Amino acid sequence: MYFRYVTRRFGLMLLVIILAVSINFLLPRLMPGDPVEAQLNQLLATGSGGGDISAMVESYRSRFGLDRPLWEQYLSYWGATLRLDLGVSLAAYPERVVDAILAGLPWTLGLLGFATLVSFTFGTLLGGLMGWPRVPRWLQPFGSSVVLLSSVPYFLIGMVLLYVFAIVLRIFPAGGGLPFGIQTGFNWETISAIAMHAALPAASIILAEIGAWALGMRGMMVSVLGEDYISLADAKGLKPRRIFFWYAMRNALLPQLTKLALAMGHIVSGAILVEVIFSYPGIGFRLYQAIQSNDYFVIQGIVLVLSISIAVAMFILDLIYPLIDPRIAAEEA
Amino acid sequence: MAAMFVQPRQLLRNRPLSFGLGLLTLICLIAIIGPLLVDPTAARVGATIARQPPSPDHWLGTDGQGRDMVTVLIHAMPNTLTIGVVAGLISLTLGVALGLVSGFVGGMVDTIIRVLTDVMMTIPGIAILVLVAANVREMTVGLMAVIVASLSWMVATRTIRAQTLSLRERGYVQVARLNGSSGLKLVFVEVLPNLLPFIAASFVVTVSGAMLATIGLEALGLGPQNQLTLGTTIYWAQFYGAILRGMWWWWGPPIVVISIIFVGLMLTAIGLDSFVNKRLGGHA
Repeated sequence: MYFRYVTRRFGLMLLVIILAVSINFLLPRLMPGDPVEAQLNQLLATGSGGGDISAMVESYRSRFGLDRPLWEQYLSYWGATLRLDLGVSLAAYPERVVDAILAGLPWTLGLLGFATLVSFTFGTLLGGLMGWPRVPRWLQPFGSSVVLLSSVPYFLIGMVLLYVFAIVLRIFPAGGGLPFGIQTGFNWETISAIAMHAALPAASIILAEIGAWALGMRGMMVSVLGEDYISLADAKGLKPRRIFFWYAMRNALLPQLTKLALAMGHIVSGAILVEVIFSYPGIGFRLYQAIQSNDYFVIQGIVLVLSISIAVAMFILDLIYPLIDPRIAAEEA
Repeated sequence: MAAMFVQPRQLLRNRPLSFGLGLLTLICLIAIIGPLLVDPTAARVGATIARQPPSPDHWLGTDGQGRDMVTVLIHAMPNTLTIGVVAGLISLTLGVALGLVSGFVGGMVDTIIRVLTDVMMTIPGIAILVLVAANVREMTVGLMAVIVASLSWMVATRTIRAQTLSLRERGYVQVARLNGSSGLKLVFVEVLPNLLPFIAASFVVTVSGAMLATIGLEALGLGPQNQLTLGTTIYWAQFYGAILRGMWWWWGPPIVVISIIFVGLMLTAIGLDSFVNKRLGGHA
């Protein structure tokens, strides 16, 4: 049963990856005009670009082999992608796109992982309490305002936080991932510098996400509390705290985990702009810079990596999920 | 399915819904009437002195290129709203059609639509949008709406498919089927009218998602060129370092307007949800 479920989920992940690579391949060919050629011509005309233009044109030609039939181009595109050959940056030639992405990835993963973990934990707890009848009164208005805040795009919250805490109060640095010229090493100084720089971007994502988790959890909590086993636990005279954590929260939590998998794309999309606001050196900021400079291969590479990493992350969540709730694998198989 | 027939009194008693609709009406009124009253020339680059804080002449100051912020905002609102609503309508139509077909026809068609929906939900929308937008030479309001719509139909498809599946097995649909109604008649006469509350709820969610994608793209500098939008205003403020220079009147007001739009949409969605989903009713 578990095996069938895993194969299905694996198939879905492969489909997503195939589709992402195909979209990446097809989109530029479907569009009228050719942004890469236009960019290269512009570089040729102004004599700028700081690199060997003919080598760039050469790499562009050999990569796409525009004279060959489409399906042949498609196959060689797959070959190149599998060899992690995503081309070279046009704006920062001869930097390889793979290297640009690898440089940004740890920053993004760290920021997103931390922010998602914190907002999921606290949001779920808050939502559970909001659906629980025996909570202090002040929690409801607090919870409602957090929920409303979650409707606002992450980066707008980021802009306000940046202004208040970095410009007016000057508590946190205004941008970047590390101070200029710092000697990095595994020591307290480096770690605290990283934490200080990540604090505001992480806070914007957390503030915007907590309410979304709380809203979903409150809904689940309300329906779980209507179940008979809750009444039974109550009648047995169990302590409210025990009922809350072990009877209500535990069961209401399951759909939250499915939502985590579905929300991944949304969270990543939101985080891209947060990185832009804080000039945070992750791949979202790199994407923004690439858009600014028409750095086509970098845009393509980052989009591909984003789609694939989300597909893989969802697959991992799908693997864990039936271990927590065996019904899932049973229903799908 | 009494949820279809909503009394006005009931509507007022649903506080999130009436408050949310109120906010959205206010925004729409400003967006429709405002541009008729405010002359757009002050929103051109260099129309006034640049970088002025709010004053009686310029209520919300001017930006780094000498544009009057009040004028910019009032002329930006209709464009952003149009993209969001049109994109929402297109993707809702697509979502309802796909969801109905998927739920009603079943079999192979259902499998294909379901897998496609799942796959599209996995891919981060903004990534694909960035790719498309970066490839388009001349971005316009209409084109932007189509692009955003092509990636926001999945939620509606899922909701409508699930509801169609449950409606299909209801007694009255079965009776109509046994009476020899054709498939199309079943869909349009028996199923579709009963889906209306869910379609309304999906519409709000879809517009919300479309609006989020729209403003995100605009803020990345991929919005319509030569047309004022809320996200593009944020983009220029960010581009010229308005936050670091303390020019709060440049980036603050667009944030407030965008936030009001999203809060309004969310309250409406929560309010509608308590109509549609009886289990949560009374708690929302």
